[in-house]
Amino acid sequence: MIRSETILAAAEGANPLVPNWWEVLVTAVGFAVLMFLVIKYIAPALEKAYQDRYAAIEGGLEKAEKAQAEANALKANYEQQQQEGYAEANRIREEARAEGAQILADAREKASAEAARIVEQAHTQIAAERLQAESSLRNDVGALATTLAGRIVGESLEDDARSQRVVDRFLADLERSETVGQASTSAGAAE
Amino acid sequence: MLPIVLASSTNEGGFVPPTIDDAHLPDLIPWFAEYGTGFGKQMAMIILSVILIAAFFMLAMRKAQLKPGKVQWLAESGYAFVRNGIGRDIIGEKEFKAWVPLLFGLFFFILLNNIFGAIPLLQLPSFSHAGSAYAMALIVYIIWIGVGVRRNGPRYFKLAVVPSGVPGWILPLLVPLEIISNFIVRPLTHSLRLMATMLSGHMIVMLAGTGAQFLIMETGNLALQGTGVLVIIGFVAMYFLELLIMFLQAFVFTLLTAIYIQGALAANEH
Repeated sequence: MIRSETILAAAEGANPLVPNWWEVLVTAVGFAVLMFLVIKYIAPALEKAYQDRYAAIEGGLEKAEKAQAEANALKANYEQQQQEGYAEANRIREEARAEGAQILADAREKASAEAARIVEQAHTQIAAERLQAESSLRNDVGALATTLAGRIVGESLEDDARSQRVVDRFLADLERSETVGQASTSAGAAE
Repeated sequence: MLPIVLASSTNEGGFVPPTIDDAHLPDLIPWFAEYGTGFGKQMAMIILSVILIAAFFMLAMRKAQLKPGKVQWLAESGYAFVRNGIGRDIIGEKEFKAWVPLLFGLFFFILLNNIFGAIPLLQLPSFSHAGSAYAMALIVYIIWIGVGVRRNGPRYFKLAVVPSGVPGWILPLLVPLEIISNFIVRPLTHSLRLMATMLSGHMIVMLAGTGAQFLIMETGNLALQGTGVLVIIGFVAMYFLELLIMFLQAFVFTLLTAIYIQGALAANEH
């Protein structure tokens, strides 16, 4: 077969499409041998190297990512703490301000209450003293007037009941005349 | 470049452009036997590529460390490129891992064999020989059909050729097209794309080499000799383009493999 083809080729020039069957065989066997070596030794070694490298790069990336995440968490934590600190300081300041205002208001209220109390007390005291003075004055005037009248009349006006009545009448008259006088003066003022 | 060379060949009558036959060197074992009768350079290079790839990755990963050296870094980058850029992106997070070794092996096997075409002395992209490209496409073809059948049972063939959600009257037209496109054209394009790009790159190398050699050494005409220098300068640009294509074709082949496997795995889902 090969011989006939060779003869044919020699006769009319080689046809590039006609195969030399020995070359087909050698190529097929050579490739088979190569594939055996590739599958058994070369590809596994290369694949392993590839995977190792991939794993190493991936591992490195993962590590870096983890570190980044950690740093981010730390930063967030720190920022949160800072924020909390600010908030706390603000709150304390606000509280102090409110407390101060409260204290001031309390003090003011207390002072004014105290002042009112003192004024009230003074008023009461004055009123009481006036009352006391009035009553003591009334007694004194009564006694004085009685004594005076007794002296003038020359007669003892020691009879208590009577003298008391006299004094009372006198005082009532006095008061009446006083009010009438007042009324007349006010009437005169009105006119 | 081609018209210049051809023009010179008609003018001088001495230049014979290289043909496909020139890409088929005499075999090594038996020494200088006619191409196709024994063990040839292309086969030696396939074997060399297997040895180089296995040795490189095994040595690079023998003392693997978390902090890689330059060689280990290169090996790991290559692996990660196939693993994530092709496997995970195409097949999906859930199932790609089982397929990474296959995609990895395919990519570097094809890449190194392509790059052989850019290395002086070796200077032969192994996949410019159709047989090797067919072999690779056939392996992938068997694998993705196997995956589809194992995942979905014999029903897989129906899932693969009967698109869901199309009106029934169009199916007699679509199903034959799907059969042709999925089961016949797919492996052919998968292999021929690789073979053709590598062969054309190799032809450009041969053409530029013999053309420049002929123009400079054998015309004796200063203008044509200058043109030969231009051919070499132009070839340098082509060389870098060719390097890009070598990488791109290895990538495309592997990417398509991943797409086929993904399609077989997910045949039931659409």
